[in-house]
Amino acid sequence: MTFHPMRFLIDRDARRRLKDRLAQVATFLCVVIALIPLGSILVTAVARGAAAIGPGFFTDSLPPPCNPDVTPNCPTGGIANAIQGTLILVALAAGISLPVGVLAGVYVSEYGANRIGRSVRFFTDVMTNIPSIVIGIFVYTLFLELGVLGWVDRGLVFSATTGAIALSTIMIPIVARTSEEALKLVPVAVREAALALGVPKYRTILRVVLSTARSGLVTGALLAIARAAGETAPLIMTAFGNPFGFQGLDQPVEAMPRIIFVYGITPFPNWQALAWGAALVLVLISLLISIASRLVLRSRFSIGGVHR
Amino acid sequence: MNRRTLYIAIGAVAVVAVIIGAGALTGWFGGGPPPITLVGAGATFPYPLISKWSIEYHARTGVQINYQSIGSGGGIQQITAKTVDFGASDAPLTATERAAAPGLLHIPETLGAVTFVYNLPSIASGLNLTGSVIADIFLCRITRWNHANIATLNPSRSLPDRDIFVVHRSDGSGTTFVWTDYLSKLSPTWASQVGKGKSVNWPCGLGAKGNEGVAGVVAGNPYAAGYVELAYAEIQRMTYGAVKNAAGNFVLPSLNSTAAAAVAAILPNGEDSWTNVSIVNAPGALSYPIASFTYLLVYRELNVFGASMTQVKAKALVDFVWWVVHDGQAFSSALLYPPLPASVLGADERTIGLITFNGQALR
Amino acid sequence: MRLSLKGLVPARLRRWLGGAPGDPLFHLLTEVVALGILALLAAIVIVLFVGAGEAMRAFGPRFLTGSVWDPTPPEEFGAVPFVYGTLVTSAVALLLGVPVSLGIAIFLSEQAPPWIRTPLTFLVEVLAAVPSVVYGLWGIFVLAPGMRDTVEPALQSVFGFLPLFHGTPFGLDKLTAGVILAIMVIPTISAVSREALLAVPDSQREAALSLGATRWETTRLAVLRYARSGIFGATILGLGRAVGETMAVTMTIGNRNIVSVSLLDQGQTIASWIANNFTEAQPLEVSALIELGLVLMLLALVINVVARLLVLRMFRVAEGVR
Repeated sequence: MTFHPMRFLIDRDARRRLKDRLAQVATFLCVVIALIPLGSILVTAVARGAAAIGPGFFTDSLPPPCNPDVTPNCPTGGIANAIQGTLILVALAAGISLPVGVLAGVYVSEYGANRIGRSVRFFTDVMTNIPSIVIGIFVYTLFLELGVLGWVDRGLVFSATTGAIALSTIMIPIVARTSEEALKLVPVAVREAALALGVPKYRTILRVVLSTARSGLVTGALLAIARAAGETAPLIMTAFGNPFGFQGLDQPVEAMPRIIFVYGITPFPNWQALAWGAALVLVLISLLISIASRLVLRSRFSIGGVHR
Repeated sequence: MNRRTLYIAIGAVAVVAVIIGAGALTGWFGGGPPPITLVGAGATFPYPLISKWSIEYHARTGVQINYQSIGSGGGIQQITAKTVDFGASDAPLTATERAAAPGLLHIPETLGAVTFVYNLPSIASGLNLTGSVIADIFLCRITRWNHANIATLNPSRSLPDRDIFVVHRSDGSGTTFVWTDYLSKLSPTWASQVGKGKSVNWPCGLGAKGNEGVAGVVAGNPYAAGYVELAYAEIQRMTYGAVKNAAGNFVLPSLNSTAAAAVAAILPNGEDSWTNVSIVNAPGALSYPIASFTYLLVYRELNVFGASMTQVKAKALVDFVWWVVHDGQAFSSALLYPPLPASVLGADERTIGLITFNGQALR
Repeated sequence: MRLSLKGLVPARLRRWLGGAPGDPLFHLLTEVVALGILALLAAIVIVLFVGAGEAMRAFGPRFLTGSVWDPTPPEEFGAVPFVYGTLVTSAVALLLGVPVSLGIAIFLSEQAPPWIRTPLTFLVEVLAAVPSVVYGLWGIFVLAPGMRDTVEPALQSVFGFLPLFHGTPFGLDKLTAGVILAIMVIPTISAVSREALLAVPDSQREAALSLGATRWETTRLAVLRYARSGIFGATILGLGRAVGETMAVTMTIGNRNIVSVSLLDQGQTIASWIANNFTEAQPLEVSALIELGLVLMLLALVINVVARLLVLRMFRVAEGVR
């Protein structure tokens, strides 16, 4: 709208302009309101977790509960066992869910223009919405029943294995859906060009399509990994927790989100500081993964050389 | 180096890092045979002490005791399901629970006091209280701190005119069992309206998870009141009340008053029913009225676990329990858990002697 | 960079793999994996139904209408307080979250100068990356005391006559849990709403602008009306997320199994109750908890299917007008 000095003298239009400005301010305030908790969380995590992040934070494990004001040598301890546990659980879960999810995404996108493909897509969507606590009770119940039947050892219910299975079950639908979406974005022309050159379909998919969709696939994988790293509820009844480091796939294992929950609600200052330190680390990792997936997406145009 | 090589390199480094990390902490690299690990679950009541034992025992023997404090209810259920190697509970097994887990022994490993903690800015420890007043507070019949019933017990204190913020347990807890056991004995209204148990229908108040959770909420909220085991209150320098005992004295929970409560205790054999065991409202001038033993729950015949329990592991479990009731008691007092009385120690030794693996005694 | 099979595989095998037989093999592989996922879902449903069977046979429809959860024999398990708590906290989350999300979506798609859109969109996305348990911890230490000391007393002084705000403010109650859920669903609702707004064809905006509408009037008259179903779908998606949240809720809701009107009272949701009790429940109670989990799963599923349908409709409507 061009600026015309006369307009300001007409009351009605001035009111409309005012409303426009107000709307702009109000919607901007909404953004600010949403970002205040984010800022508060970061500030609190730094303020309360800083006490724990010292040299021992990444190498020591759970200290005895104590209050530095009461006990003279109250050890700060660290979350080494939890970091290791999360790495192992997420690595195992990713190892299972990434290949499975990508292959399923390939199926739906490349071979799935039929009833099976449509139902896989629909049900995978359904699976992304299953609350994670339900997945936790599924894995616990399954392994307890297998244990009662004698097929597996009952102690396996609380182990890195069940924890990884629970996380995979959460990750697989996410990876499958994001992979399918990423593959769908690859232009048909690319596939047709490869097929016209005589490349068999499976090699087209493996060599050409997957490479072109690389950034979307990586983003989907990162998203699923970030989600798995932050899950707590299913791990309470599968991974169980462990003050020691990784003891084997059939033994309970600690995880960072779990210790945030368990130590955070205690009144012991050294445990609370560890919980906040872990929270800070987790939030930073999630932040890094978000940034990484954005960067990967932005560099889409330089990988594969596909122009739209 | 192009991007694909970069990704592969990152992936490889990550995998190697995970493997090295896993190896270092499991002793795969030349540390000898992997350490023996025992998994336990249960009561939060003795958790500070068990946590200490876990660290000390590991330093002495290399055996790794992984104890998760999920509450007495959880301890009983998981040892019944045999998903853990031993359980822990402050509430003895009920008849139903005994029937579901035949052969489970009660081995008291320590005892402690349940305190009435409060967060009143201007009031130090030692607020005088009686069982019926506490019951009324948890029934929400007394809702303000300066209520006449509390004031008459504490003429020298100026109580704030504020609502009492009641905190209780949200999980199945042996501490709740002890607390409600006491309140049922001292308040007929409580006994008929709420009763005793690991989990009850609380008339009011907020639920928190574990002794830790209750202590955390009370510590974080002025004018809150709850019940926690003495160690939790002491570690946090929380203020707690002096409760009137059976002899009519207002007693603060402490090492001595808790130990005094256990003096006259007559305990059954480890393999029998402990359903009616209670040292609540114990006689004695110095006894603290809300005290309790807490029990390790171990199967008498350890081959019930199947393939995962080996002779070596069974022996390690029995050795741990033996150490706990003997050398482990040296760490109790510092955390305000009284050492086991000699009579209880003797009974424990007898019970531990009953534990077998494939019929062979392990001690 | 090309990986060559030459050095690894003998020539005949290579020819066999590189030829036609490779295709059906790969097709089969992906199909088996895809069906495997369906099998996993079937396994989840079967295991949960079998697990819930005992409770379903013992209580029947009483389960959904009962208000008492009592594990001491004779057991009585009723789901009402948890369903109520879930619905109330989700309602608060939507009441608070939808206006804010809509404001964000409008700002980022219609009002903001282009240079600020990407960083702000990114920041709102980061809200979604924060794990639930961290929200819960922040809720206990920062939000709950703030609610208890400032917000709730203020609400009581103004709206105290409403039964919604009766009772002493403790900070850990349904209202606080609802606020945290609102924060957690904002990224979802605002992102999908933004898509809905962007899907509105420019012709609508141009028509309004050419008639002399201000930016806000364009948004209000032309864009929002058009994007209505998409925004509604976004809201339902947010609801789906709120219903399944466990950790942030269990740390801030106060864990009491009662149905009460006041938002300042403690409550309990399905997910939080299951998380609290699952490892300590005896067999019949475990079965009841699994049944509760099935109820939750069904709730989340229905909500999400409705949302997807609405969002799909938004795209189809947009395509219909050129």
